[in-house]
Amino acid sequence: MEHRKERIDRGIKARTEDIYALFSYREMLYLLVPRVIPILVLFLVTLLVGVYWQKVLISTAVFALLALSWDLLTAAGMVSLGQALFFGVGAYITGILNHYFNLSPLFTIPIATVGGGVVCTLLLLPVLRLRGIYFAMVTLALPLMLVRIIEATKIFGGTEGLSGLAGLPSTRFELYLSLIAVLAVLFFFRRLINTDYGLVLRGIRDNDRSVMRSGINIYWFKAQALFMASAVGAFAGALMTHVYMFVGMPVFEMDYSILPIASAVVGGMGTFAGPMLGAFILVPLSEALRGVGGLRIVIYGLFLVIFTVALPEGIFHYFQRKYHQFERWVKVEK
Amino acid sequence: MKEEAPFLKVTSLTKQFGGVRAVDTVSFDLKKGEILGVIGPNGSGKTTLVNLITGFVKPDAGKVFYQGRDITGMMPHRIADLGIARAFQMVKPFYQLPAFKNLIIPLFSPRVKRLTGGKYGDRDAIAIDLLEEVGFERDSFVPFKMASVLPHGYLKRMELALCMALRPELIILDELFSGLSMAEVASMLPIIEKLMSENLTIIMIEHRLRELFRISNRVMVLNYGKKIAEGPPKEVMESEEVKKAYLGSEAE
Amino acid sequence: MFQGTLIYGFVNSVTLALIALGFNLTFGISGVANFAYGALYILAAYTAWILLTWLKINYFLSIVLAVIFTSFIGGLIYRFILLRVRGMPISEVIASFGIGLAILEFFRFLGFVGSEYTLPVFIDGSVSLGGTYIDVQRLLIVGIGIALVIFLWLFTHYTKTGLAFRGMAQEERTALILGINSDKMATLSLAFGSGLAGVAAITILPLGQVAIEGGYSALLNALAVCIVGGLGSTVGVLVAAVLIGFAQTFTATYIGSHWMMIVSLVAILVILIFKPSGLFGKQKELEERI
Repeated sequence: MEHRKERIDRGIKARTEDIYALFSYREMLYLLVPRVIPILVLFLVTLLVGVYWQKVLISTAVFALLALSWDLLTAAGMVSLGQALFFGVGAYITGILNHYFNLSPLFTIPIATVGGGVVCTLLLLPVLRLRGIYFAMVTLALPLMLVRIIEATKIFGGTEGLSGLAGLPSTRFELYLSLIAVLAVLFFFRRLINTDYGLVLRGIRDNDRSVMRSGINIYWFKAQALFMASAVGAFAGALMTHVYMFVGMPVFEMDYSILPIASAVVGGMGTFAGPMLGAFILVPLSEALRGVGGLRIVIYGLFLVIFTVALPEGIFHYFQRKYHQFERWVKVEK
Repeated sequence: MKEEAPFLKVTSLTKQFGGVRAVDTVSFDLKKGEILGVIGPNGSGKTTLVNLITGFVKPDAGKVFYQGRDITGMMPHRIADLGIARAFQMVKPFYQLPAFKNLIIPLFSPRVKRLTGGKYGDRDAIAIDLLEEVGFERDSFVPFKMASVLPHGYLKRMELALCMALRPELIILDELFSGLSMAEVASMLPIIEKLMSENLTIIMIEHRLRELFRISNRVMVLNYGKKIAEGPPKEVMESEEVKKAYLGSEAE
Repeated sequence: MFQGTLIYGFVNSVTLALIALGFNLTFGISGVANFAYGALYILAAYTAWILLTWLKINYFLSIVLAVIFTSFIGGLIYRFILLRVRGMPISEVIASFGIGLAILEFFRFLGFVGSEYTLPVFIDGSVSLGGTYIDVQRLLIVGIGIALVIFLWLFTHYTKTGLAFRGMAQEERTALILGINSDKMATLSLAFGSGLAGVAAITILPLGQVAIEGGYSALLNALAVCIVGGLGSTVGVLVAAVLIGFAQTFTATYIGSHWMMIVSLVAILVILIFKPSGLFGKQKELEERI
């Protein structure tokens, strides 16, 4: 071996992860490109594709929202195996408001967003002190329990669900609403997690005892994070209810719990952009795989396994690292 | 109102784990500005005592009064909010963050906000100043290094800084010097002496007897969860029971 | 009716204990919460079915082969997948959940849905117990359940591997010092746990049909029993199985069978809210108020 590969961080990166030293427009462009180009591409895609793929993009956005919500919870040390809980609660609130009270989507969606957040936070409040897999098990159990309760008590249409709900003006409207929501949530969460407030949330994940002895009420912070995450999930549910004009037991299905986790694992946890990227890869992929039918979930499962074992950092972290480095071959000195 | 209630008063505190009495009817008082040393063999219940005072573990019996106020069974963050800061024996910083960002968390607390009237200025700057105070060399960028790459000695100092950031009135240091070299301990002693000069009350749990005896006003000895001796360092050193607890049967 | 409910409640309790034993064993020894457990349970049943129906192998041979195959797969899962994420509970959960999902949904994809997927009972017929008719298979479940518990106790107290298991469970680092290969033992524990899942499946499933959903509810039931009993505690599993088993049967009889599964889920929630370490659990960190 005469040569070896050398990897160097670009000079633009200062000593810490999130401090940059910008000296020129070129460098600003360097930071802007990965942020602006995907948004532009996304916008172009919406103009070019037909109604079918517009629908796919809507459900992609919905899963992206759930994945973002999952990532915020994880950032605060709460691992959820039941995003379907948030989704389902939001969906049912919307359905009930629209079906029984005839409220228009203009009201149902905001009410379901806030109300879903409140309901889910209250449901999980008693188990906030649990960590790790214990919390995960509760989130796994809750949506299943709600499904069975609806099945057993036959409330809200029971197994039939509520159909004939109001729709939104047009597919294009649904599409832009969902995409703007994703981008807004992404921007907000990414900002939030780097503030001092976000630092406290991340501190709770790493070492909650240390946060507590610092005189900070971790339950209060966890509850706030939970509210934000579940409100985002509930919004996704509310939106989907009006898109399908139907709400029923399928809203608590495994898909809504697994896909967001798979997205986050594939895309890269802890960055928000990663889970979103993951959703934008996995959902269209699964749509393309519709031909193989039931194999879809098998593939998600395998994705989960392969990525947790082989590339635990996820795609986003990997590309981010590569983008900020350059590689060159240098002579090995003997 | 009684005049001059003790700063910290602990009465017959007891905690049982399974069949073992980790802390058994321990009582003691502490005056403001006093330095109390707590020693005892491994497993004698020192850390459990700290956990009981700071609220991390709920006592089975007994009371803790802080500035005349009953704080028994309060949640840890409420106790910290009242001004009791504690350093953990096992340091576990927020590894993914630069050292100075670790200090943001106590600086963000309601207590600090209240004490500074909301005018704390730049938290990052305060954090870096605090770290410099405990010996992080700013010139060589130590405060900016990731906590995961810092050596043990720095992490222990950071633990102290985390306590100081809370602007506490009582600091409980749980084996702050454990795992440090002689030189490191020697360089940390002046920091603690400075805290003493600021009239802070300190409880020190320590295995390094020489350093402990130098700075503490009073020493308490625990063995099997029970308090077996208490008094000025010199007296305690000479007590028969303490010798027996530490040296076992060799002392005959 | 009441007497019948009592008897069926007892049978149900033993069933739950059977389902939970394997999960509990694996968790107790290696600390891995094996979320692929339900899938392994169903895998054993389908394997036995395939051997019986397609390959026309003798019944007893095929159930033995199915159990061995399942435990082999369990060992492989640990050796090649979970070992790489050892010590990261969340990654373990996600990875094993992914495996379980893949196995179960793969069976669905292959078309293993419908009523023809049933396993034969060991011995047909039923007997009367003080006026209540009960089929022999249910009695067999009770017998096998009790035999398994006794076997496990003997195994962990008198064989070298069993003692190594207990050593690992109590203090892994010390076990390492004493020359116990913790990776090998953890692999074995997963294989063992999966084998127990296989035994449970082959004993229990002849009563109904083999279905994908059975895998999910087996996992949930195992989780419920283990959490209520305290993860890793065998006594806890037995007590919790009795509690949940009777609660389920009474609910099914007097309220409605729809509510049966809700019992397990409510049990998980209630115990995690009030005593997270479970009835007999020793997780000290959960005692701490945080």
